[in-house]
Amino acid sequence: MVPTPNNLVYERPEGFTDAPTHYCPGCTHGIAHRLVAEVLEEMGVLDKTIGVAPVGCAVFAYNYFDTDFVEAPHGRAPAMATGIKRVLPDRVVFTYQGDGDLASIGMGEIVHAAARGENITVIFINNANFGMTGGQMAPTTLPGMKTTSSPNGRDVETQGYPIRTSELLATLDGAGYVVRRSLHDPKNIRMAKKAIRLAFETQVRGLGFSMVELLSTCPTNWNLTPVESLKFVGDKMAAYFPLGDYKISSGVAQIKV
Amino acid sequence: MTRELWEGNQAIAEAAVRAGLEAYFGYPITPQTEILEYLSRRMPELGRAFVQAESELGAINMVYGAACAGVRVMSTSSSPGVSLMMEGISYIAGTEIPMVLVNVMRGGPGLGNIAPSQGDYNQAVHGGGHGDYPRIVLAPASVQEAVDLTMLSFDLAEKYRMVTMIIADGCIGQMMEPIQFPEMKPVVRKDWDWATNGKMGKRERRLLTSIYLDPYEEEKTNLRLLERWKQIQANEVRYKEYFMEDAEYVVIGFGTAGRVSLSAVRAARQEGIKVGLLRPVTVSPFPSGAIEDLAKRVSGMLVVEMNSGQMLEDVRLAVKGRVPVEFYGRMGGVVPFPDEVLGEIHRMASGKITADINPRDAWYERMVAMK
Repeated sequence: MVPTPNNLVYERPEGFTDAPTHYCPGCTHGIAHRLVAEVLEEMGVLDKTIGVAPVGCAVFAYNYFDTDFVEAPHGRAPAMATGIKRVLPDRVVFTYQGDGDLASIGMGEIVHAAARGENITVIFINNANFGMTGGQMAPTTLPGMKTTSSPNGRDVETQGYPIRTSELLATLDGAGYVVRRSLHDPKNIRMAKKAIRLAFETQVRGLGFSMVELLSTCPTNWNLTPVESLKFVGDKMAAYFPLGDYKISSGVAQIKV
Repeated sequence: MTRELWEGNQAIAEAAVRAGLEAYFGYPITPQTEILEYLSRRMPELGRAFVQAESELGAINMVYGAACAGVRVMSTSSSPGVSLMMEGISYIAGTEIPMVLVNVMRGGPGLGNIAPSQGDYNQAVHGGGHGDYPRIVLAPASVQEAVDLTMLSFDLAEKYRMVTMIIADGCIGQMMEPIQFPEMKPVVRKDWDWATNGKMGKRERRLLTSIYLDPYEEEKTNLRLLERWKQIQANEVRYKEYFMEDAEYVVIGFGTAGRVSLSAVRAARQEGIKVGLLRPVTVSPFPSGAIEDLAKRVSGMLVVEMNSGQMLEDVRLAVKGRVPVEFYGRMGGVVPFPDEVLGEIHRMASGKITADINPRDAWYERMVAMK
């Protein structure tokens, strides 16, 4: 074991395994993973947490968290999480899903999980494309944005408009906490962590469905450098997908974290 | 215990409860909706989980989640709904966890109708979801047998960590018959060494998945499934025989078709025709050995199904051309009458059948001529 230096200020959270992640350089999945692991550790719930991995870039999320994990079919993570939570209501159950998984093929499952007020937490990574399959258009792809399946830029006349998932789910009475945050700079990362904490606190208090949407980068498929990607998130994505609190139920509003 | 008059669907639901069902997830579809309705009342009153899902996709994946947690879990549906569940069934099979699914089959393809059918035999026994996976399939022919097989299905699913399906049809689901229920079993949450139910300070983390990115690892999984399947084939084949002691001819049919055939066999016996009935109870594993043995001692076989001859192919594989195999089927939700099957028994016993003609082709010609 490596001795701990006296000036240690940063280390791997207990919620992580030792596995190095497979994510591309500059991708913010690693930051999102770390925030979730830190929150679960700080809440002392790692031992009773069951994660549900998606199909997409985060399909291997289960290799990185030191908790029980299951791997869902594409888009079905909220249904699987429902099945687990309904038979193990004292456990902490979360899904970690991308925008293709959650907002395209899994839109039915996420809407109804929220409508039922399932006591689960959803970490929703919005990077405006299908990452794992090589950068195709997603429901979150911005108008005019070029992807491998919208090579001339997303034409809203034929390919429709992006879906603002947080705003949509916030209309449902079963949703206790629905917010959008971003991972493009330290300030926003700190705000994202606070939101993730509040989402899990919502769950352990039985206050209904909680979701944190995280605007994220995809430098590889966007054909941008990591730094350019962060700027794209802050300037372009946050303009279409405004950061903010879309649903904070009266019960959740009383939680202090 | 006393005998009570129960509808098939409700009896299946209560049997599952008595087998220790801890969670049910379903979606309404005729002709199985009474299972969902019954459990929507029964499960909450026992403090057990019930969710009416947003779709069959939702239902099967809720089942997947609860199965990963290690509890007794079931869903039920009918043909079009089961088609929607095929993705989840394949994942559950690939994850090697137990699950019970009841398909109260109806006429198809497509939206079809809500009349009794056996058109999903191939989907249940041979196909359905993607990838290589075996599954156990049970076929009841009465409400009592539906109760008994529902109880059994959970034990088989858990013993072999395998998807276990019950294929009934609209007749079994909607018919009322006097039955005797087994005693209520307590809910026992077994401490499975695979369940993802939280570390709880007792163990290392667990992972349940159906992904094996390395093809050699996936092939190992395929082989592991086959190894369990071999055990199932050796130990779990079930079938019923009727009037077989001196039979020169045998009728083979499962579920409702087998039951209708039994009436025809009884009528033929009254006429002095030495005919018996073999009714597979497990259509997967299929009683191939029993049928192969029969092929050595009877003069002909008649397969009766409520489809276009799906089980027929499994019978022919077992018979290996040793004796003529005839076929009679009704499709699209049409249930054959015993008289129709009796007519086929007459034809078989007349001695004019041969093994040279494809039985499905011959049946098709007769069907077209009849119309």
